[in-house]
Amino acid sequence: MNIIKILEDIEKVDPEVYEKLDSRRSAMKQFANIGGKLALAAVPIALSGMFKKAYGQSTSTIVGVLQYALTLEYLEAAFYTQAVASATLLPTAAAKAAITTIRDHENAHVALLKKVIGDLGSTPVATPTFDFSAGNGSNNGPFKNVFTDYGLFLAVAQAFEDTGVRAYKGQAANLISNNDILTAALNIHSVEARHAAHIRSMRRAAAADSTIKPWITMNSTAGIGAAVQAVYNGEELTTQATVNIVNIGGFSISANAASEAFDEPLTKEAVLAIVDPFIV
Amino acid sequence: MAGTAAVVGVISGCSDKDDNGGGGINLGTGDIGILNYAYALEQLEAAFYKQVTDTPYAGITADETQLLADIRDHEIAHREFFKAALKTSAIVALEVNFSKIDFSKRESVLATAKAFEDLGVQAYNGAGKLITDPNYLALAGKIVSVEARHAAYIRDLISNGSFADSSVIDANGLDKALTPKQVLSIASGFLKSKLNANNLPTS
Repeated sequence: MNIIKILEDIEKVDPEVYEKLDSRRSAMKQFANIGGKLALAAVPIALSGMFKKAYGQSTSTIVGVLQYALTLEYLEAAFYTQAVASATLLPTAAAKAAITTIRDHENAHVALLKKVIGDLGSTPVATPTFDFSAGNGSNNGPFKNVFTDYGLFLAVAQAFEDTGVRAYKGQAANLISNNDILTAALNIHSVEARHAAHIRSMRRAAAADSTIKPWITMNSTAGIGAAVQAVYNGEELTTQATVNIVNIGGFSISANAASEAFDEPLTKEAVLAIVDPFIV
Repeated sequence: MAGTAAVVGVISGCSDKDDNGGGGINLGTGDIGILNYAYALEQLEAAFYKQVTDTPYAGITADETQLLADIRDHEIAHREFFKAALKTSAIVALEVNFSKIDFSKRESVLATAKAFEDLGVQAYNGAGKLITDPNYLALAGKIVSVEARHAAYIRDLISNGSFADSSVIDANGLDKALTPKQVLSIASGFLKSKLNANNLPTS
């Protein structure tokens, strides 16, 4: 085993390998220079530890994140597919077009995630059975009219999209070791935020309610109520990284604006609790 | 990958923040450079929406007045947050050049807003992989989705239903990601100040 050769080969595909192995780049270079003199028996153990540090999360962690994301995308895709299939739910051509656009994106996300999981050597999880009444399989939960009551449909859609945004945001750090997958996840994340904003604008127009905005104000459900409070808990932050955003820099920034300016992440556990009533 | 120390505490001591003689304001290196890059874009957006709300376009509606003021406040919050977090490493206040924008015309204002918001999304999406500290990545993530909400709102103002159309979202349902060089070449058209991004990380 020629450690110098290995490091040089890695450097060809990842010029930052030394920085990833150790922030003291010069020390690593030096280590590479004397590597040939190390006791060969010790090298494999040292390498294993170094690469774990360098490349962070294991593939199993990343696949776990992707399977979790796939489950949420299945939920959204099935929800919008059923909505678009209804002849009576969506009242205007514009509403139907918008929900169709969103459905197509969610289907594309499902296809992409399945492909990436497969490329990483794993089997994508199967589509769960959903109960969009939030009745855990009874189909008689609090949202049982979700595909006949347009306002309720938009409310549930808003909750799903805002949850999706917060769910992807909560996983970014777990993907930091893989640039391609991190970027793809970020590129999905901002699309979910565009969806959330549009659904919120649809609600604002349908209800003629100017308190419903494209962004999340404090931990408000924007009138949906306690059933979706868990989607918004934690969004009321007005401090970021110890910096108070209210009236920051002497500018007139309200607490509402301070909370709206930053979306907050949700843990996987919180998200799974939110979607649990919808998954049989 | 850097540690997980509190964000504000660890941003310090980057001295080469000013003109480096090579032309332009040096954004710096590593994560600090990326944060300064974000700070520069937020300065641009905040200045733009300040002007929009100070000199509203003809025919502006009550809804637009309310929500454009919200966006202005969000962008000021982002700008001032970066300034506070970067402390002495922060670049100087930038001089903008809005001579191409007719603030009296709705079409001109909204077209510019759309360009800025989509560009902001693409900039944060492209910068994510360049960030090494997970705390900074989390902060960028908190901001980018708000920029995406702005982008969707502005796009719908121009043409309802265009919030995520195929001009920005690809066949895989993905938003775009642009490199700092690509973003700054577009943003420079709205800046008198010249930015030097030569020392930013590229991978």
